[in-house]
Amino acid sequence: MQEFKDIWVYLSATPLLHLTLTLMAFISASMLYKKARMNPLLNPVLISVVAIVAILYATQTNYETYFEGAQFVHFLLGPATVALAIPLYRQFNRVRKSALAIMVSLISGAITGSTSAILIAWFLGAQPVSIISLAPKSVTAPVAMGISEQLGGLPSLTAVLVILTGIAGATLGPLILDILRIRDWSARGMAIGTASHGIGTARALQVNELAGAFSGLAMGLNALATAILLPLIWKLLS
Amino acid sequence: MLAYFTLILACQLIGELVITTLDLPLPGPVVGMIILFLFLTFRGTVPDSLAAVSDALLNNLSLLFVPAGVGIMVHFELLGEDAWPLSVALVASTLLTIAVTAVLMVLLNKHTARKATSNQGKA
Repeated sequence: MQEFKDIWVYLSATPLLHLTLTLMAFISASMLYKKARMNPLLNPVLISVVAIVAILYATQTNYETYFEGAQFVHFLLGPATVALAIPLYRQFNRVRKSALAIMVSLISGAITGSTSAILIAWFLGAQPVSIISLAPKSVTAPVAMGISEQLGGLPSLTAVLVILTGIAGATLGPLILDILRIRDWSARGMAIGTASHGIGTARALQVNELAGAFSGLAMGLNALATAILLPLIWKLLS
Repeated sequence: MLAYFTLILACQLIGELVITTLDLPLPGPVVGMIILFLFLTFRGTVPDSLAAVSDALLNNLSLLFVPAGVGIMVHFELLGEDAWPLSVALVASTLLTIAVTAVLMVLLNKHTARKATSNQGKA
C-alpha cells in the first residue's frame, strides 16, 4: 500500500498523468458519442469535463496541478484557431456569395445574444455585476473577458459562462435548428458560431466542412461585433 | 509538415503583435487566422502538408476546450446566488441567438438566390 502511495505521489507531480487523463477522458467520451449515433446531448466536451472534474474531486487534486499537464492541450487552441483559415479559404466562394446575409444575420445575432441575456437575467433578479459578466457569453473567451472587465463585470465568472454557453450551443443548438427545419449548412454554421464560439465551431466542423467554415468566420466576426456593440447596448439599457 | 506548423505559429505570433500594438478588441489567433487566409489567397492553393497539419488540429478541436472547461471547478462558486437566473438566461439567450441568426441567414440567402435567378432571366 505504501508502495502504491509513493508511485501515486510521484505520478501526480508530473504533467504526464493529467495530460494522459485528459486524452483518455476525451477518447472515451468520443467513443460514447459515436455509439449514441452522435446524439448532441452527449457532447464529448461536456462528458469529458464532467468526468475529469469528478476524478479530480475524488483524488483531491486542485486545478493548478491538473492544468500543469493539461496546458499542452490547451496551448494548441491558438494554432487551431489560426488553422480555421483553411476551411474558410476552401469554402470562400460560398462565403462571398452570402456576404450580405452574413453581415445582417451576424449583427442581429450579436445584438440578440447580448440583449436577451441582459434582459432575461435582469428579469429573473440577477445582480448587475452578474448580468454584465453574462452579457458577452457568446464571444470567444479572451475577448469576452476583456469586455466584461471593461464594463465592470468579473472576468473569471465570464470565463465560466462562456464555456457553459459553448457547451449549451453545441448540445442544444442542433436540436433547435432541427425543430426550425434549418437544413442549409451555411445557416447552421453561422448560427452555431455566432452563439457559441469555438466549442460550437468544433461541433460544426465535425458534421460538415461548409458549416465549420461559416461557424469559424462567425466566431471571429462576432468577437469584433460584440466588442463594439455591447458597450453601447449596456449604456442604452442601464 | 514542421515548416507549416511553424507558419501557423508565426501567423499567431504576428496576430498577437498586431493586436497589442493596435490595441484591437480581437484575440491574437483570430488575427492570425486572417493572416493565414491572406497567405492562402496569395498562394492560390492549400499546400498538402499544410492541410495535413490543419486537419490534425481541427479534427480534434473539441478536445482542446477540455482543459479550459475543467476550469469551471474553480469558479463554480462565483455563480453563487445568481446560479439559477444566470443558467436560465444563458440557455434561453443562446437558443434565441441561434434561432434568430439561422432564420435570417436562410431568408437572406433565399432572397439573394432569387435575385440572382431573376437577373439571369433578364440577361
